[in-house]
Amino acid sequence: MKKSVFLGALTVAGLTAGAAAAATLDDVKARGKLNCGVTTGLVGFAAPDANGEWQGFDVAVCRAVAAAVLGDPAAVEFVPTTGKTRFTALASGEIDLLARNTTWTFSRDTDLKFDFIGVNYYDGQGFMVPKSLGVTSAKELDGATVCIQTGTTTELNLADFFRINNISYEPVPIETNAEAQPLYLEGACDVYTTDASGLAATRAAFENPGDHVILPEIISKEPLGPLVRHGDNDWGDITMWVLNALIAAEEYGITSANIEEMSAGTNNPEINRILGTEGELGAMIGLDNAWGKRAIAAGGNYGEIFAKNIGEETPVGLARGLNAQWKDGGLLYAPPFR
Amino acid sequence: MSDTHSQLAFVRTEMLAQKEPPVAEKGVVKWVRSNLFSSWSNSILTVVALYLIVQLIMNAGPWFANGIWSTNSLAECREILQGASGGCFSVLSERWNQLLFGIAYPDTQYWRPTLAFVLMLVAASPVLFSKLPRGMLIFTGLYPFLAYWLIWGGTMMTSIIALLGFVAAYLAFRKAERAGFSIGLGAGIIAAVVVWKVLGMFAGELSILPLEEVPSRNMGGFMLNMMLGTICISLSLPIGIALALGRQSHMPIIKGISVVFIEFIRGVPLITLLFVANVVLGYFFPPETNMDLILRVIIMITMFASAYIAEVIRGGLAALPKGQYEAADSLGLDYTQAMRFIILPQALKISIPGIVNVAVGLFKDTTLVSVISMFDLVGMIRGPILASTEWNGVYWELYGFAALLFFITCYGISQYSQWLERQLRTDHR
Amino acid sequence: MTAYSDPPKSSFQLSQLIHDTRYRSYTFQAIALVLLLLGVGYLLSNLLGNLAAAGLNISYDFLGKPAGYDINQTLIDYTNQSSHWRASIVGVLNTLLVAFLGCITATVLGVFAGVGRLSKNWLIAKLMSVYVEAFRNVPVLIWILIISTIVTILPSPRAFKGETPDAEMFLGLFAFTNRGIYAPKPVWLEGSGIVVATFIISVIAVFFYRRYATKLLYATGKMLPTGWPSLAILLVPSILMYFVMGRPIGVDIPELGGFNFQGGMQLQRPLIALWLALSIYTGAFIAENVRAGIQAINRGQTEAAASLGLRSGRIMSLVILPQALRVIIPPVISQYLNLTKNSSLAIAVGYMDVTGTLGGITLNQTGRAIECILMLMMFYLIISLSISAIMNAYNNRVKLKER
Repeated sequence: MKKSVFLGALTVAGLTAGAAAAATLDDVKARGKLNCGVTTGLVGFAAPDANGEWQGFDVAVCRAVAAAVLGDPAAVEFVPTTGKTRFTALASGEIDLLARNTTWTFSRDTDLKFDFIGVNYYDGQGFMVPKSLGVTSAKELDGATVCIQTGTTTELNLADFFRINNISYEPVPIETNAEAQPLYLEGACDVYTTDASGLAATRAAFENPGDHVILPEIISKEPLGPLVRHGDNDWGDITMWVLNALIAAEEYGITSANIEEMSAGTNNPEINRILGTEGELGAMIGLDNAWGKRAIAAGGNYGEIFAKNIGEETPVGLARGLNAQWKDGGLLYAPPFR
Repeated sequence: MSDTHSQLAFVRTEMLAQKEPPVAEKGVVKWVRSNLFSSWSNSILTVVALYLIVQLIMNAGPWFANGIWSTNSLAECREILQGASGGCFSVLSERWNQLLFGIAYPDTQYWRPTLAFVLMLVAASPVLFSKLPRGMLIFTGLYPFLAYWLIWGGTMMTSIIALLGFVAAYLAFRKAERAGFSIGLGAGIIAAVVVWKVLGMFAGELSILPLEEVPSRNMGGFMLNMMLGTICISLSLPIGIALALGRQSHMPIIKGISVVFIEFIRGVPLITLLFVANVVLGYFFPPETNMDLILRVIIMITMFASAYIAEVIRGGLAALPKGQYEAADSLGLDYTQAMRFIILPQALKISIPGIVNVAVGLFKDTTLVSVISMFDLVGMIRGPILASTEWNGVYWELYGFAALLFFITCYGISQYSQWLERQLRTDHR
Repeated sequence: MTAYSDPPKSSFQLSQLIHDTRYRSYTFQAIALVLLLLGVGYLLSNLLGNLAAAGLNISYDFLGKPAGYDINQTLIDYTNQSSHWRASIVGVLNTLLVAFLGCITATVLGVFAGVGRLSKNWLIAKLMSVYVEAFRNVPVLIWILIISTIVTILPSPRAFKGETPDAEMFLGLFAFTNRGIYAPKPVWLEGSGIVVATFIISVIAVFFYRRYATKLLYATGKMLPTGWPSLAILLVPSILMYFVMGRPIGVDIPELGGFNFQGGMQLQRPLIALWLALSIYTGAFIAENVRAGIQAINRGQTEAAASLGLRSGRIMSLVILPQALRVIIPPVISQYLNLTKNSSLAIAVGYMDVTGTLGGITLNQTGRAIECILMLMMFYLIISLSISAIMNAYNNRVKLKER
């Protein structure tokens, strides 16, 4: 037993794989795997299923990037991170891409030296209360005990909201959804607050989801998006345009069902450019021309990913809302591919 | 004389048959009276305790009896129970492998960690029980290399080369030892490095018994707790001994370094050290060495454990009578000889129970890695399992299971430690 | 015959640095120092290089900026506009609070369980063994999670509502809810100061009475009763004064209003859960220390005391305990230290200790990981070192003087 001292030495020798800070693309290609930071478990966004396969909306972004860069949507190492560890994991190079429903804020973009590559989900912080309380508006919550899932900007928004409305509350900060939930259900808190998408996902898992309502007030803007380290613009461009390709694919009707057919060539030059049958877009970002096709084929277009993981057919049951295409009155608006 | 006796009417000539002791003074009744109802206060305590136990059984009994083992989600459990009290143990059967091996260990390979675990018991037994044949220690020496190969996979070459390096180091040490301990140590290190470098060049060519490689990120569940516990304790023993000797040393600088290290590590909670491992440690190494999280955690837990072990061993060193040190000196032994042949064997023997206590504490503390997003047993429960739609809301069953696993392991170890203490006790009290 | 002469005074040679034991230690120390400096320098240069490459810097400016979040339990004034520094202080005080409370209850529990394990009552001895073993052999994090879940089962304030409530207040004064315990709060009216002053004077008087009794005992062998007179001195004047002043102290009983109980004193759930978990867990360890301490005393001590004619209570308090305490106290103090360090798991129950404020939300919001964690470690280090200093002083004081 004492001799397993040596095990450590071996571990050191065996596991120190090289990864430089500068050219992330080269590192990812050399490694053959994309290291993607996700949450430790939030239904619909990122959670391992019974077989240990990671599933979810954020996970799909990781897979699309891996498909575009490495040609294999399965070539992803998922690195679970907490609210505390996610930024250092990205900054220290442990992960190449952080897709962990992270709110895009000024200071994170500038002070913490990250680059948000876009928004994959427009969210906002909401409140859930038991129906029996008879509360219909968040402004009636004076004196309530509020369970907060910490780790995002939740605490700050909540403090601001109650200060603006000049009402008091008692915060109960909880680190994971799993621990906050029994507190809320047993009535140790009157209100549960986190991002509206998280509330819906949590409510979906309740014994009687119908006994709880999500209040109409959305007290903050939470543009959730994937992010990369500041300074490596080439890598930032690749990930940003993969995300844009997924969004654009929905706009132009490219789906995982018809992608083969369409990549034979269509009369829409924009589609052809996305799928790499026209123009040399791939070369401009250091990839081959079929990158967009692979990214979309990995899990379908944005709409398909949404419907499969968090859409109305799933237990999470989120409506598209703000996350509809701009043509349908939403905010999704991919820049042109040319 | 004897006649006079027999003539007196009131003298009995034969023994009476022994009477049964009074009912209150024998058997169950006596036991109950003396052990449960010996005084008023004791009786009250007994009744209260009995009441509590009955209450517990009344409440927990049906919960276990109605337990359900074969559904696929909590919702199905609730449907079957129809509001009756009952545990939904199906989460354990459905997620059994995840609880033990984590989410990402390839499921065709579960036999490997299982085998490694069984072999660990075999390898540990000669260390734990001195009556077993000493020859088994050879297996103990080989075990780490075997376990590395079994758990992480890949070709067996890595393990073999590492082993050869250590063998070479040992031989070189024996050769050069005459010139002094430190020179021997230096020679050993050089020999090991040379062997690793030279053989390392050929490592790619040969592949003996290749197993599927499993990156350490994919380790999880109770296996991760076991791995962290064993690796860190084993690594921390030599460091702890060095630190304890350093702290006892007469050289002020060495002593200072040891004291500062030990007191610093013992002064902060493990959780802050794990935060360091998770978020800060990476900055202290060159950017191209991207160390894996498990490795960083192993480094920090080892530092943590070695400080505690150092204190235990220091206690052992201090408990030795001064005469032992003086005797060693008077034999003309130098420092390393005195330590190796006289002091440490005795000091370590006294320290074993303390070391086992540290080991148990450390093994329990490996659950803290769940706080830094690693999926050990507790991390699996708090993360993926409770977050999944199917099992959202199953608390007692999961926490109870985790508590039970830890209890079995730690109670076993502490029983061993108590047994050992009785073995080592020589004062015949 | 020549007397022993000094060893030949040869001039110092370089080889003595390796071969001469008098100088060899300097060589080792020099090597160690150089290696240490090289190691530290290497790590620091990496740190600075990495930070520069990532465009980050070490700065504590964030401590002065408004924290922006609220904390449920504060011992000092705090609003969400206070600075991160103040939030950290609130956290530090909360850590100290739960550590202080935990140490007291853990000691009480530990002493009961430790003595109970040695009890002649078989059932109690076994129950205590089960308690001690169950808690010693399961990780504290699991216990914190389990106990937090147990506390949640208490009725919520909602259960106290309505015509036929599911739960009722205990004696109409206390409410045990899963948000915490609500208890009556004393209200200090005019004249209450005098009552309090009377009480304080009574306490002092009791102290002097007891000293006088002891003195009398040692001087004359006469024993004054201490139990009842002390109680009388303690309570009677204060109660009299209370009525003389016209009952100036009232109570504010908690009442259900809005979402929560209003008024009264409140002990919040996170604090209760953590306090319970830590004290039950640490109590199991202290129980073992107490048991070991009592068992460490030679039976002969008890027998000798008995042969002097002491009663069994006095044997315990005058002979066994003073000796056992010498054995018990050092490990118990290090259990206190462990309890303080274990309180860093507070975030699992939502208690805002220093790991939750400085090492939690502040770290999350500012992203200043290195700075926050450094400060966190320093804080725990200061506490630990202070407690160890106390322990060393105590050990030196009670150390058996070896001759």
